[in-house]
Amino acid sequence: MEIGTITPARIHIGRSGPRVTTKELLKFRQDHAIAMDAVWSHVDEEKVRELGFKVIHTLIKDKEEYIRRPDLGRRFSKETLEDIKNTCISNPSVQIIAADGLSSPAIDTNLKDIFGILMDGFKHRGISVGTPLFIRYGRVATMDYISEILGAEVTILLVGERPGLATGESMSAYMAYRSSTEKPESQRTVVSNIHNGGLYPVEAGAQIIHITEIMLKEKKSGVDLKI
Amino acid sequence: MYKINLQNKTYEFGSLKEVMAKANELKSGDVLAGVAALSAHERIAAKMILSDITLETIYNHPIIPYEEDEVTRLIVDSIDRDTYEKIKRMTVGELRDFILSSRGEAIKEIRGALTAEMISAVTKLMSNMDLVYAASKLVNTAYCNTTIGKAGTLSARLQPNHPTDDVEGVMLSVMEGMSYAVGDAVIGLNPVNDSVENVRRILDAFHDFYTKWDIPTQNCVLAHVTTQLEALKKGAPIDLMFQSLAGSEVSNRAFGIDIDLLDEAYSFMNTHKNSKGPNFMYFETGQGAELSSEGHHGVDQLTMEARCYGLAKRYKPYLVNTVVGFIGPEYLYDGAQVIRAGLEDHFMGKLTGLSMGVDVCYTNHMKADQNDLENLALLLAQANCNYYMGVPGGDDVMLMYQSTSYHDVATLREITGKKPIAEFNTRMEELGILKNGRLTKQAGDYRMFI
Repeated sequence: MEIGTITPARIHIGRSGPRVTTKELLKFRQDHAIAMDAVWSHVDEEKVRELGFKVIHTLIKDKEEYIRRPDLGRRFSKETLEDIKNTCISNPSVQIIAADGLSSPAIDTNLKDIFGILMDGFKHRGISVGTPLFIRYGRVATMDYISEILGAEVTILLVGERPGLATGESMSAYMAYRSSTEKPESQRTVVSNIHNGGLYPVEAGAQIIHITEIMLKEKKSGVDLKI
Repeated sequence: MYKINLQNKTYEFGSLKEVMAKANELKSGDVLAGVAALSAHERIAAKMILSDITLETIYNHPIIPYEEDEVTRLIVDSIDRDTYEKIKRMTVGELRDFILSSRGEAIKEIRGALTAEMISAVTKLMSNMDLVYAASKLVNTAYCNTTIGKAGTLSARLQPNHPTDDVEGVMLSVMEGMSYAVGDAVIGLNPVNDSVENVRRILDAFHDFYTKWDIPTQNCVLAHVTTQLEALKKGAPIDLMFQSLAGSEVSNRAFGIDIDLLDEAYSFMNTHKNSKGPNFMYFETGQGAELSSEGHHGVDQLTMEARCYGLAKRYKPYLVNTVVGFIGPEYLYDGAQVIRAGLEDHFMGKLTGLSMGVDVCYTNHMKADQNDLENLALLLAQANCNYYMGVPGGDDVMLMYQSTSYHDVATLREITGKKPIAEFNTRMEELGILKNGRLTKQAGDYRMFI
């Protein structure tokens, strides 16, 4: 029986007295190190710009504050909001946003693939896409503010997930129709576990395009939308 | 209005609520809520004021108004009036001195008169070793199918979580855990899928397993209480009914519960449970939940946690544990804060009279690591914590956090000389897993149950 195919749990790992073996201890610490680094590192913004994203920041000034103040990681300064309004495409059918969230490697490794699929797919279907935005120190609720200010129909936020020990590169896509600060969290539809060991970015891209089409047609999202 | 002069600096606090919040040890959640002391000096000023406040003052000024909150009403109304009359003139400082200088039995005699706010207040004046020492004197037992919490025992919940609830995968973790003598508190799964059919399927699997191997313990699937009620109505074998609790009516509503619903669950369990009882409820709590669901009323997170225990007490639970490091760094920032909170929660639960355990844990976005987890686990073993979690390799592959492992439970028992629950221990010896309280040579291998 191959245990790994039945459960990812750390079982049948032996012991040294009642403690774990050296090999298992080091493996565990390695996995934790990767997860910690994923939280505390930064996205390579040059690469994100090369993809065509406009880079903006929330009210957060550094990573430590980002971890401590989820409230500030949801909001922008007046100047930033003004800038978004003045320089980004208004009233797009789809607004794509990426944010570091709790894992920068999730963006570094997955954004390019998924973004390519999304842009091609929407173009092919004649669906208009707004100016792609990357948010440094961004939490999920930032999508509500951006959607409101740009009048986007469907907003898609690609964000780094809180890393587990299994991977530090997992990304989620939060999607909402007329995403708004007035609506509850249940307005959002989520595609999660996007990484090369889970739902492949290319596959996730196809799913997101499919869901977007339904949202545009039904004019709703989240718990209101049965997919 | 409370006022104190300290080294030529005057501190003023507008309310008991403000004194309570600022007297708290530093927690990122209190800072986030904007209620924490602004300096170390202000913190000690608040502690000094708090130490001179009488229990009567605290009783007369519920921190969330009686009219506004059913948890407040429950706690105030269930006070033992006779005992309260005897101790109401005691200050919080004197209460600390009394707890530290009295035997466990003497402490138990007054605890019926303590509200959650009094328990929170005295906790704020205690150091970490105070919390360990005081808790170690309080032996709280409970009986379901077996008796948990007796002196000299150290128990564990077997937590065999799986990313898809695959029964075969779950049962592999159960077998592996049992081969380490983990699972005397409960075999309890956090389900991914909260459906009645799924909950029932897993309860049946646990029940079949411990019946087949004649292992005296309890089963539980930690779904929402309404799901478990449905499963129970359909005849599922439930030994322990679970629910997460919060310390205010608003936050309990966010969990989809209120006292009426818990009462209903309790009374239906009482007549339909699979276990013997009389203790058949299981609750989880954790500092910060109320701020997270915007039901904290500007109250510090320690006090909100104490109120959870006040609510739990109504249902004479078999198990209560704080999931201390799960909520994240915006509430408990680092190892020092999690260790402090774990000791506080355990002490408060014990002083409330509960069979108290701790999910000693951390997430990957906290400034904490395996060493912090092990430190807290060891301190709690000295504090005579009733039970811990047992997670394979310490890595929960469904909830994505780290908790104590099968190995940790076995090690803590060996270091402290404590044993599992007596009936369970006997069976573990018969199965050749334990001998004289230690793992045997063949222990630690799931294949013994295949």
